[in-house]
This record gives sequence, structure tokens and C-alpha cells, in this order.
Amino acid sequence: MASEETESPEAFGERRGFIKFFCAFIGTLISLMPFGAGIWAYLHPLAKREGGGGFIKVTTLDAIPADGSPAKFTVVADKVDAWNRFTDVSIGAVYLRLVDGLPKALHTVCPHLGCFIDYRPVNNDFFCPCHNSNFKLDGSLSNGVSPRAMDALQIDVRNKTEVWVKFQNFQPGHSHAVPVL
Amino acid sequence: MKSLLDWIDHRTGIRSLTREALFENIPGGSRWRYVWGSTLTFTIFVQFVTGVFLWMGYSASSGDAWESINYIQNEMTGGWMLRGIHHWTAQLMPVLLLLHLMQVVIDGAYKAPREVNYWFGVLLLLLVLALSLTGYLLPWDQKGFWATRVATNLMNLVPFAGPDMQKLVVGGTEYGHHTLTRFFALHAGVLPGLLVLLIVGHIYLFRRHGITPAEPLIKRGACFWPDQVFKDVVACLAVTIAVLGIVLWYHGAHLGAPADPSEPFSAARPDWYFLFLFQFLKLPFFAGENEVWGAIYIPGMAVGLICLMPFIGRWNLGHVFNIGIIFVFLGGAGALTYLAKREDVAGPNSAKYLKAVLDDARDAHRVTALAKARGIESTALSLLKDDPKTQGARLFAQHCASCHRYDGHDGLAVELAKAVQVDDLEERTGMTSLFFSGDAVHPDWLARQSSTNEWQTVQSLLQAKAKGPFDVIASTKPKDAPEAPDLKGFATRQWIRDLLDPDKYISARYFGGTAHKDGDMYKKFLNRKVRKYDTEDHIMLDAIAVALSAQAKLPGQAADDQSDAVLIRKGIAYLEDDIGCIDCHAFGEPDPDADGPDLTGYGSREWIVDFVKNPEHEKFYPDNNDRMPAFGVKKILTDKEIGLIADWLRGDYFKLPADAQGH
Repeated sequence: MASEETESPEAFGERRGFIKFFCAFIGTLISLMPFGAGIWAYLHPLAKREGGGGFIKVTTLDAIPADGSPAKFTVVADKVDAWNRFTDVSIGAVYLRLVDGLPKALHTVCPHLGCFIDYRPVNNDFFCPCHNSNFKLDGSLSNGVSPRAMDALQIDVRNKTEVWVKFQNFQPGHSHAVPVL
Repeated sequence: MKSLLDWIDHRTGIRSLTREALFENIPGGSRWRYVWGSTLTFTIFVQFVTGVFLWMGYSASSGDAWESINYIQNEMTGGWMLRGIHHWTAQLMPVLLLLHLMQVVIDGAYKAPREVNYWFGVLLLLLVLALSLTGYLLPWDQKGFWATRVATNLMNLVPFAGPDMQKLVVGGTEYGHHTLTRFFALHAGVLPGLLVLLIVGHIYLFRRHGITPAEPLIKRGACFWPDQVFKDVVACLAVTIAVLGIVLWYHGAHLGAPADPSEPFSAARPDWYFLFLFQFLKLPFFAGENEVWGAIYIPGMAVGLICLMPFIGRWNLGHVFNIGIIFVFLGGAGALTYLAKREDVAGPNSAKYLKAVLDDARDAHRVTALAKARGIESTALSLLKDDPKTQGARLFAQHCASCHRYDGHDGLAVELAKAVQVDDLEERTGMTSLFFSGDAVHPDWLARQSSTNEWQTVQSLLQAKAKGPFDVIASTKPKDAPEAPDLKGFATRQWIRDLLDPDKYISARYFGGTAHKDGDMYKKFLNRKVRKYDTEDHIMLDAIAVALSAQAKLPGQAADDQSDAVLIRKGIAYLEDDIGCIDCHAFGEPDPDADGPDLTGYGSREWIVDFVKNPEHEKFYPDNNDRMPAFGVKKILTDKEIGLIADWLRGDYFKLPADAQGH
């Protein structure tokens, strides 16, 4: 009691100031704590590198139409989805066609906004049913809707007939192909 | 009772709170135009309640989301009603939001000192749209999957942080479990939480400043209770009746086929209230790298302009300008929505769009029935992938239909209701039907007069004023003419009877497009002998058709094969002796000298699988195979895939009661 009586107004004010600061600072800090923990976990996808990009056996040369028209092939591979591992599931698709007897691969995902590109036999071209992106048979742009041509994928013919494709996805919406990692 | 209320009031002050809530003065009296805020509060309440109950049946993972929604929709008592109310109320909310916004702007309720409240309202509008967007993905069907992919891909366009933002929202680089868990957390946690906070703030500020009366004041002031509440309740009742009516009409809400990243979906569209933005992006100006303007900058500026209305409204003509802007936005959005719909149903690619809608409905119907009959062991998608009716047809279309046909199409046509008369066909190709009816017929699809085999486009039949009834299928004419037999009904009695008809044998439906039309079967047997057959010979030939067809052991013919056992025995005797098929074909035991295919087990699963694997095998056409690839030997198809095609051709798959009637 005696000390309170002797405390100067300045010291009292200082102590009140400290208490206010303490409350505000610590209060904010401990309130942010659960957000911090949550956001740290939420950012997990940024720390994780996926992307694949390895060669996958898609089909054989005989399955690609001999007349040069493209055919869609499902890409089957093992897939990890968070806590699950799936064996031999479809992870996407590619268009394959023969040019001078050699297979060429184009991604089926539209570089505009990621819809599934259709092949139109009547027009003999590629067409995206979402925003009308249009591509020639070799994947180059027919109209300017998409910022870039269809994404070509590397191809490797193994054991004379097996068609292996380096399957990877690319970021849509950009004029140059940036692999999704 | 009164003492209990006194006790509660003493501790909570509930009476004064209720008084304050109910007895607010409304200058100019209650009016119908003030009901929109209350209807929105009501619909949000409905969404919260139905949403929590849906939550009790929903599982947010890529292997469970569709499955759990299907269970809610088709198995759970009253689940269709619950989901239907949630879905259709969500469809109605954008309309109510728009009406509320228009009332606020027209009445100038955004003006000082109500700016902050107005911004709360705009934020609420955006939150409700975000709830719609996140909710669209949760069923994990083809429609939600592909449409939401576009929506999240748009984030890529955001300068600098776009790709990382997309990764965070999607929960990785690929759509999967974490996309659903994140979208669900947003849909059922974060966004509703923010919504509640903003609604509390919105209503608090609304009460703080009072209502903005619509000028001129035509009546004396009235109390919120019961005058305005009465009108609000009537409006909420109307909303309820509308929603329940639609729910009953549609028996819940549509659920498409399960999401499949490897299967294209040409009808990927956002919900109807986002269609204007979807169409906006198609404007030529936003092609290529200008897309970010259409997707982000201009919509952002439009929202910014709406937020600035309180300041714009201070100028002399500001208020009129604001009202004009709202109507311009509304007119523009309406026109773009109409254009989007019109392009889908009558544009250059509408045949594919409408077909995709039908395909999706067919697959959804099929997988729901399979799930009900067999249960789901792993995922609904695997049910479809292992189903011969679905997958066999797809594989046929991809690998066989360049030469073969299945009833004149590629195997994937969707049959429309049979026996369509010409008037009906004309109406169903019309704009009204395309827009509003689920049984629309595209002019490019194929139709035939029911008595013929020749498919033509619907348009050409209508132009020729052909008389019905017609069969109609959702399929456009294949690019090339068929070169190999039409395999619909392969190895059935009728198929073999027609095969043994000389004229039909060399027609395009059988071997007219192949080298076999010049082979011994035609030249030495059908043309030289069968053409001269008398009635008795034809009876023998028919018995052979029945006997040969029995070799296939087709599930659809099991009963007939059993009852015709005597005829089948006779047929085999004719085949071996009287007609002498075994002069060229093996039957019962291998015959290395045979020229034609082995007839033992003709059309059975094993026979078809072996044939597709290697038509040049000595059992089939060792020397005279005409272009048919050895799908198994060359590893074009796996054994499982060939089996799926065989089962599909043989009609050997799970049949719904409706299918059984159809076959």
C-alpha cells in the first residue's frame, strides 16, 4: 500500500502504458497463433514439387491411324493423390498422329484455360469446346483465342513399336509453355 | 410464463432487443420493394440449414464426393429433396441479389451515411457468388470438374502470384482430394463464417441508419412489425413455393457422370449466372494475351465502379448515372448470357455440345444404376470404366469405328425416343426446344424412317418432307464410309441370316467394303449356290443360322437357344453334311485345311477375343485377312479392353429393366 502512495503520476502512467502495450501486442500475437499454424499448413502445396514429367508408355505405333489423322490416347500411370496411391489410373490424355511415319504427340488440355480439346474429323482440326480456341492439325494456332499453340510433348519410340510420351502439364493462359511443377 | 419471461429479460434484456428489432419505423410505410433483403436472409438461412444436413452425408474426397452425393440423391430417404432445396435455392439467390442491388441503387440507399453498409452488401454479393462457385465443384461430376478447372485456371492470369495462388486453391498441381477438402472448407466454413459476420454488420448498419424510403412517400410511416414483416413473409413464402415446385418437378437436382480427367466433356459450362463472364471472355478483343483483361481487370473494374457508386451519386447527375450503369450491366450480362446459350444450342459446334449433355446424362444414369445394383467397391468411375456397355462402346468408337459400324454409327450414339413424327421432329429442332427442353434434336444428328436402314441427317429428312415415324440418334455422320461389317447384333440369328443372304453379304453392311466380297464364300457358295436354293434349302440355311448363332451363347438369346434345341441339332447336321459348310470352315475340331474362320464357338466371348487379338491366326484368316489389325498381338489393346468390346458386342453386361426391354 505504501508503495502505491509513493508512486509518481509519471511512473503510474508509464506502467499503464506498458500494460496497454502488453495487452495489445501479446493479444495480437496469440490471436495470430492459430492463423499462423493454419496458414503454414495451408501453404503446403507451394513446398511440394509434383509435376511428373517422366516418359510413360502410351500405346504402340500400330494403334495410331495410318492416314495421319490424330487419335486420342489415355495416359495411364500410377498416381499419388494426397494420402492415396493409385496404380494404373488415367492421369490425362494425348493426341497422337503420324507425320511421315513418325508419331507426334500433342497435349489434350487447351493452353487457353485448360478444357479438353476436341478433334473435329469433318474440319480435320482441333477445337476447344469452351472458348472456341482453334488449332491446326500440327497444333499451331488457327485463331488467336489461345495465347499459344497446343503443347507438344516429347516422344520416344522404344523396342521399334512402343510409343512413350514425356507426359507433363503446362500452365494455361501464357504465351509460352511453363511446366506445372 | 410471464414470470419466466421476466426472469430471462432481467438477465438478457431480450424484451428491449425484440422491441428494437420489431418496432422500427419505416417512413412512407411498408412496401413490396423492401422485401429483397429479407428474402435473401431467408434463403441464406435455408442454405445454412440444408447445407449442414447435406454435410452429414457428404464426403470430401475424390473417391467419395460423387459417390456420397449420389447416395444422398438416390438412396437416402428425402435426400433428393434436401439436395434439391439447397441446389435450387442457390440458383435463385443471384436473382434475389440482383433485385436487392437494383432496389438499393434505384432508391439511392447507397448514399451517405450508408456507404459502408452498401460496401458490406457488395461484399456479401461477391461472397454468395464465391459460395456458388465452390459449391459447383463439390459433387465432383464432369460438369463441375471441367468448369471449375477453367475457373481456377483463370487465377493463373493474375500477375506475379497467379500460379502459386492457383496451387493453393487447388491444393497442388492436380485436381484431387485436397482440391475438394479445400473447396469444401471454403464452402462450408470460411465463406459462411465471413457471410455471417458481414450480415450481422449489414443488418446492424441498416438499423443504425434506418431504411432509405423510396420517394415520394405515398403513405404515412409504419412499423416494421407487423406491416413490413407481413410482406417479407409473403415474399419468403413465394420463394419457398418456387423452390419446392422446381425441386418436385426435377426430383431434386441434376448429378452428372463422375469426373474423369481423361474423358473430354464438350459441355463444360459454369452455372447460368456466370455464363455472361464465360461469353465475355470469348469476345475477340480478349483473345491471346489480352485475356487477363476480360478475366480479371475489366470484371474487377466493374466491381470497383459499383463500389464507387456512393461517391459518384454525390454529383448532380451521379445518381442517374449509377442507375444507368446498373441497367447497362444488366442488359450486357443478359445479352451475353443469351449469346452463350444460343451458341451452345444453335452455334457451329452445338451438335457436339448437345450430344455431350446427352452422353453425360446417359453415363450418369448408368453409373447410378450400377451403384444401386452392385454397390461401389472402389469408385463410381471404376464402375463405368469396367462396364462393357459404357467402355466397350467407347473402345469400339476409338479403335473399330473407322472401318466398322454399330447400327450405322460409331457405337456412341444416344438413341432418342423412338417413333418421332415429323411435326414432333420439327418442333424438337426448333429454338424453343433447344433452349428449354431436355429432348432437343440437333439438325445435324441422324434420323431414319423406322422401316429403313439408311441414316440421314435430321435436316435433310425434314427438307425432303419425309414422313415419319423416325428413329433419331444423337450422332453426326461418320467422316468415311464403312469398310467392314456393321456389328450391331453380331452373331445373333438375324445377323447370320442376313450374312447368308447373297445380296446383303456384298452390301456395305457386311463385306461390300472388303476383299471378302470377292472371296470364295460369296463367289462359290452364296452367289453360285444360295441364289439357286429352293424353299427346302432355305429352311436348312435358316436352321444353320440358328445353330451357328447358338454357338455364341448370347445372353439375349439364351431362352430361344434352349427352346430350339431340336432345330439347333438339325442345323448342325445341315452345316456338317447337307450344306457342307465344313468344306471350307472348321467346326468342332481344328482343320488345318480350312480357308474360312473356325465356326466352333462362333460369336462366343472367347471367339471374338481371339479374333480381335489376331485375325490372322490359323483359326481365322491366316491368308486372306483384309486390313484388320491384330489388336492383341500388336498390343494396341489390352486383353481387358478386348474383353470389354466383346462383352459389349454380345450384350453381355448388367442390364437395367429398361435395357432388357430394348434388346
